[in-house]
Formats: sequence, structure tokens, C-alpha cells
Amino acid sequence: MIAQAADQPFVRWDWIVDHVDDIWAATWEHIVLTAIAVGVGFVISLALSMLALRHRRAYGPITWVTGILYTIPSLALFAFLVPITGLTTLTAEIGLVSYTLLILIRNIVAGIDGVPASVRESAVGMGYTRRRLFLEIELPLALPVIVAGIRIAAVTTIGLVTITALIGKGGLGFLILRGLNLFYSPVGTTQIVVGTVMSVILAVAVDLSLVGAERAMTPWSRRRSR
Amino acid sequence: MIDFVGDVVAWFLDPVNWVGSGGIVSRTWEHVQISAFSTVAAAAVALPPAIWMGHRRRGGIVAVAVVNIGRAVPSFAIIALALPISIRLGLGLGFWPTFLALFALALPPMFTNTYTGIAEVDPALVEAARGMGMTETQITTRVEIPVAAPVIVTAIRVSAVQVVATATLAALVAWGGLGRFIIDGFAIQDNVMVFAGGLLVAGLAIATELAFAAFERRFVPTTTGRSAGEELLVDVTVAPQHG
Repeated sequence: MIAQAADQPFVRWDWIVDHVDDIWAATWEHIVLTAIAVGVGFVISLALSMLALRHRRAYGPITWVTGILYTIPSLALFAFLVPITGLTTLTAEIGLVSYTLLILIRNIVAGIDGVPASVRESAVGMGYTRRRLFLEIELPLALPVIVAGIRIAAVTTIGLVTITALIGKGGLGFLILRGLNLFYSPVGTTQIVVGTVMSVILAVAVDLSLVGAERAMTPWSRRRSR
Repeated sequence: MIDFVGDVVAWFLDPVNWVGSGGIVSRTWEHVQISAFSTVAAAAVALPPAIWMGHRRRGGIVAVAVVNIGRAVPSFAIIALALPISIRLGLGLGFWPTFLALFALALPPMFTNTYTGIAEVDPALVEAARGMGMTETQITTRVEIPVAAPVIVTAIRVSAVQVVATATLAALVAWGGLGRFIIDGFAIQDNVMVFAGGLLVAGLAIATELAFAAFERRFVPTTTGRSAGEELLVDVTVAPQHG
């Protein structure tokens, strides 16, 4: 069997042509799982960051807890959740969201901390309320650092989504797992390669879109750099 | 819920689960063994060029590209791809595909962190050493490496923890390790075994992290003026991905 597997071509193009719909469905599922995880992760992180910015003493415990979550291997985390929430999308999302928190909170806090005190004082002097100061001054100025965090979180999540194949989800990870399970069939390796390549393309595409979005949202930094 | 916790405790108390080729003891050994081999091999391959390029302060673009590519390729995909590659190389199943995958996974963060650590050594310090008549080799071994030591150890730690986490997936390519309890548990729908496996894997990952932290406190002098928090921030930015 092993000798047989060694003779297979790495990529069977005919399989790809026949399964374009499958590949697209897996890619779409991958995008949805990633978008929900990063979206929910960002909302939670923003709330926790605001808490940490207002009460400095909360920052230590917040990074400590999210740091431990980050250290727990993803498969172990899913192992803890499956007995409680089963083989569901919820299980996958809880795991995926957990891993975005540390990255996002650190970048949001660092970004807002990086806003010069003089800018903040000018805004307060001009009569900005705390809320408007946060939304209209601090958040936009912290955007480059925050987007850097979102980029890392998004690319990391795209990689992690593949592991959720083991709990019955997985997006493109499903193709990789099926490729492993069908390893001795002539199209096993092809599915692993397709799942991997598509996942890398997705990561690069999302990363570049976020760079583009950041440039579009911070026209002042572009003008300055010229 | 209480019943479930009881079942997990009972699982750990049952001596049958500890001994034999599929027991906790031998699975932990397999896990530690392959993680250590791959981390050491990756360090042997990644550190010399990283130190050399860092010394010459060239190749920053390469360093950034390496870590970005490393982050974009899912660790699960690396494990899966290692299987056909290992079989084509005639290395078979089990140990070798796992080793190849973990090795490939550990390289990028080690390379980039080490490069950055060396390249960011204060240029004035290097100039002073040169002015004192040190050769380039002496500058590297007596100034740059000692000054960058905390960053280099952090580089190895980040990779090692990631390797331990990803070695969990080795069960998929017919190697053992603690991931077996989780993956076999999923297959036979034994939630108690799955949960117990999760505890073992998480415990080993955290133990690895703590062991490195203790080592750093004991043996590595703090030469950078960074606070602990800043150093952690550096960790996350350069950690390529998650197991």
C-alpha cells in the first residue's frame, strides 16, 4: 500500500476540475468560520480593552487569562469543549474566538496607549466628551496597530479553522482530513494539497485586503509618508 | 456534569490507563521525545544562518517573509503534507512525517526571532568591540550572542511550545503522543478519554512554557531594558501560528 501511495502524482488535476463546487463550498465555510471568530473576538477584545484602559489593574489579569487560553493547544481546548457543547459550530467558534483575544487585546491597548498625550489633551480642551474622544480620536489614531493585530488574528484563525475538521467542521481543513483518511486512494494527496494551497491563498488574500482597508481608512498616514 | 468529572477522575486513577504501550507514561514519552528532537534539529539548522545574517544586519526582508509564510501555512496542513512527502522519501509512517512537520514548523519563528535579536544589538556596542580590536567572530560570540541571549531563548521557547502543541496532531499520521487519547477518543466517541487527553496535552504545553520561563530566570541574564509585558508583546507578534 505504501509503495502504491508513493507512485501517486502529487496533484490530480482531473479531481480538481471535477470538484470545483466542493472546493468552493469548503472555502466559503472557511471564510464564514473565520469571519465570525475574528468578528466576535474583536467585539469581546474591544470591551475588555476598554475595561483595561479605564482600570489599569484589570490589564494584568486579562492578559494572564487570555495568555493561558493562548497556550492551551487547540485540540486540547476542543477536547474540553466537546463533552459540553458537542461536535458543533459553537464548539469550533468558542475555540477560535479564544485564540484571537490575547493578540487583539494587546494590540488595541498598545495602540490606544500610543496616542500622544498632547493630542488627547487638545481634544479634551476642545470639549470632546470621553466617548467622542475614544471613538473619534483615539480609535482612528490607534488604527494601524489595531489592524496589525487583526491581521495576525485573522491569519492565525484561518490556520486554526483547518483543525476544526477533527470536530466535524473545518472548511478547507475538511479536504485535508479527508485526504489523510483516503490517503491510499489515488486522490488522497491531491485533496491535502488543494486544502493547503487554498488555505494559504485565503490567508494571503485576507492579509492583503486588511492592509488595503487600513490604507483606505487612514488617508492621513499615507499623505505624510509621501 | 458531576458524573462526568467523576468519570475523568476515575480514568486517571485507573492504573490500566497509565501502563503499557498505549498508556499515559509511554504516550507522554513519545510526545516529549519527538518534540525535543524536532526543536533541537530546528535550532541547529535555523540559528547559525540567523546569527550570521543578524551579524551582517542584512536580510531583514527575508526574516519577515519567512515568518509570514510560516504563519500562513496551517500546522494541520504541514502535518498532512508531511505524510506524502515522507512516503516519497521512503521514510514511511509515524515518526518521520511527524518529525519533518514539527521541524518545518519550528524553523520560521526561531530564525526570525534570532535574526531580530542579533540585528537589534546596540550598534554602538558592536563598534566599541570592533574598536577594541575584536575579530568579527569574537564580536559575534562574545558580544552579540550574549546580549541577544534572552531573545534567542525566547525564540526557542516560542517554537518549543508550538511544537508540543502541534505534536498532538501526530496521531493523525500514525505516530503516538498524547494526541492519541483525543483523536482516538473522538473516533470511539469516548468523551472521558477525550477530556483526559485534553488535560494531559494542555498540562504538557503549560509545563513546557513554565520550564523555559524557569530556565530563563535562572540562567539567562536580562540585558535588554524591556519590561516583562513588552517582551510578551514581542512574543505574540513573532509567534507564527498556533498549534
